[in-house]
Amino acid sequence: MVVQALKDQGVDVVFGYPGGAVLPIYDEVFQQNGIQHILVRHEQGAVHAAEGYARSTGKPGVVLVTSGPGATNAVTGLTDALLDSIPIVVLTGQVPTFMIGSDAFQEADTVGITRPCTKHNWLVKDTAKLSAIIHEAFHVATAGRPGPVLVDIPKDVQFASAIYTPPQKVRTGHYQPQVKGDLDAITELVAALETAKRPVFYTGGGVINSGPAASQLLRELVDATGIPITSTLMGLGAYPASGKHWLGMLGMHGLYEANMAMHDCDLMINIGARFDDRITGRLDAFSPGSKKAHIDIDPSSINKVIKADIPIVGDIAHVLEDLLKVWKSRGRKVNAEAIAKWNARIDEWRKVDCLSFKQDGPTIKPQHALARLEALTKGHDRYITTEVGQHQMWAAQYLGFEDPNRWMTSGGLGTMGYGFPASIGVQMAHRDALVINVAGEASWLMNMQEMGTAIQFRLPVKQFILNNERLGMVRQWQELLHGERYSHSWSEALPDFVKLAEAFGAKGIRCSDPADLDDAIMEMINYDGPVIFDCLVEKHENCFPMIPSGEPHNKMLLGEASTKDAIGSKGAVMV
Amino acid sequence: MSALNIKKGSNKHSAYNLRPNFSDIEESHTLAVIVDNEAGVLARVIGLFSGRGYNIDSLTVAEIDHEGHTSRITIVTTGTPQVIEQIKAQLGRIVPVHRVRDLTVEGRAVERELALLKVNGEGEKRVEALRLADIFRANVVDSTLDSFTFEITGTSEKIGAFADLMRPLGLSDLARTGIAALPRGA
Repeated sequence: MVVQALKDQGVDVVFGYPGGAVLPIYDEVFQQNGIQHILVRHEQGAVHAAEGYARSTGKPGVVLVTSGPGATNAVTGLTDALLDSIPIVVLTGQVPTFMIGSDAFQEADTVGITRPCTKHNWLVKDTAKLSAIIHEAFHVATAGRPGPVLVDIPKDVQFASAIYTPPQKVRTGHYQPQVKGDLDAITELVAALETAKRPVFYTGGGVINSGPAASQLLRELVDATGIPITSTLMGLGAYPASGKHWLGMLGMHGLYEANMAMHDCDLMINIGARFDDRITGRLDAFSPGSKKAHIDIDPSSINKVIKADIPIVGDIAHVLEDLLKVWKSRGRKVNAEAIAKWNARIDEWRKVDCLSFKQDGPTIKPQHALARLEALTKGHDRYITTEVGQHQMWAAQYLGFEDPNRWMTSGGLGTMGYGFPASIGVQMAHRDALVINVAGEASWLMNMQEMGTAIQFRLPVKQFILNNERLGMVRQWQELLHGERYSHSWSEALPDFVKLAEAFGAKGIRCSDPADLDDAIMEMINYDGPVIFDCLVEKHENCFPMIPSGEPHNKMLLGEASTKDAIGSKGAVMV
Repeated sequence: MSALNIKKGSNKHSAYNLRPNFSDIEESHTLAVIVDNEAGVLARVIGLFSGRGYNIDSLTVAEIDHEGHTSRITIVTTGTPQVIEQIKAQLGRIVPVHRVRDLTVEGRAVERELALLKVNGEGEKRVEALRLADIFRANVVDSTLDSFTFEITGTSEKIGAFADLMRPLGLSDLARTGIAALPRGA
């Protein structure tokens, strides 16, 4: 029944790990061909893989794990998906209903534990309701602001039989979030947009989640109005990085021109972003002179952190469609003269060239490694995942994304260990694509067991590890804020990544010389199979630009100029 | 000295202490939340309050429609206007929540609470307790030779005042239901 329900929901891949309490479902999985099951090596990996699958396809990712430890191991992935609004359906086994509450073997209060980290969850006590609940779960996961859901299925409920309810017959009840935006508010926004002198679009993951149509409409709007656009970490790719009006990412490690534009704008149009603390910095000095419009499908996002002058609740694609219609019907007006001046001012900021770096000396700079990766993979059908830390920010800065759903990173929760399993999920959905996980050595080790999965299912994922033998971002904060006391932020006893790759049956490549870098990257790209690329980089490189905590957008540290001599010279850096 | 031109050992150790100063006048609001009467729904509502650091001053819950499987949760909460709006939006996000009504915003609601008070005493104190109960229109629902149990209905303030008067007269146990509320008018 479970397998039938999944098939009717269009599921073709399930990521999972068997155990006692899900054996009846695994028995069903064994006796069919429609759904492929990917055996992961740890349940956390299953959820992240499902997230990678979901983010790169727009379809919900599905996970099947057992009770107790199976469920608790999935908690990090669920929380990650909740914070980044990723549709995931997790099916967990549970001890039989008559044993619930008896501290049975591998029993855990799964719905209790996962209540705060799912959008909704269900404990199914009656087989007759099982199929309807699974269909409802898919509806809840994907409707409105997407998110993870969990269905906990006791073993006796799995064994019993009942009449199957097809998805068409399931009442999805009252859960029907509003998708159309209020026309009056949209008209108000159009009026503001027509006269704004220094407008900026600030877009987020909501544009990606809304689907490809939203990105198309956004591009049309930006290109027709000539208004500059920046995006959060989660929204990269909605507007192409090569686009004329692209400012680059904003926020704590965002680009100078993007943050300055946010600070000095007079109209901020937030499209599917949530004023996260990594974006806003110091709130009382956040974009002080601007009128703020906020389009979001989740009413609780509006006025949560920043007061919106023009709040619009609705799905991005629907709202943008209406917005364009209203704007066109009113004569496609913008304050072109002022916007031209505004763009000229932004061009001045661009000249600061905040991402510039100098690749000199015998060590590879991480920025250089990513710039070369970008240059050599640009033309490919490419998907990028990342772990969490400095490498993640550098990847966001130095890699360009032309399309949505090509960039998978753990933004809200910041989960180290996300990227590798996510790359497996992405590769499952796009078998012929080039899938690269940009990683730090410390993050990567957190879920390295998934190497077995990549090998078993012949998934040629490329693990591009920027190895600085440090928890780079932690080290950077310790340098800036904790008097250079580097408490436990270095990686000792690291494995030999080349030998590790070989031990799993994959290819290992090590590169430490800038002169060898291009050849090594090409070797990685051209190898037909999983690769661990151990790129030994400068150990004390800091990630800039950076807005230090408690500072507004116009107080950025640009780094390079002031730190070029200090960082890396033994006298200044106490290790 | 750092080459980065920011002070070492700065006390801004976290990026999280960035709460703005919104209006900080706290208001008390009575919210009525209509929910599906299903397992765990109360935990979802309470978990939202504890997880996000909101206050619950009073909470009442009971099934109101057996056929329709719905319950009514009445919550009295305090917070700044911005926090109250957040609470309502967050409650509205919970899947089994049908409707969230802010009775304080909709106009003055009828709010009532029921309490049971056990008062132990003899002689003049016992007579005085009975006399005050009469003034407050509290009923005696149980009695022994040296105790009364009173039942009183009214606003929270009235119950508070009655309890304060009973304290010196031998109040030994107090049970309050929390507020039930409905909007005035049709």
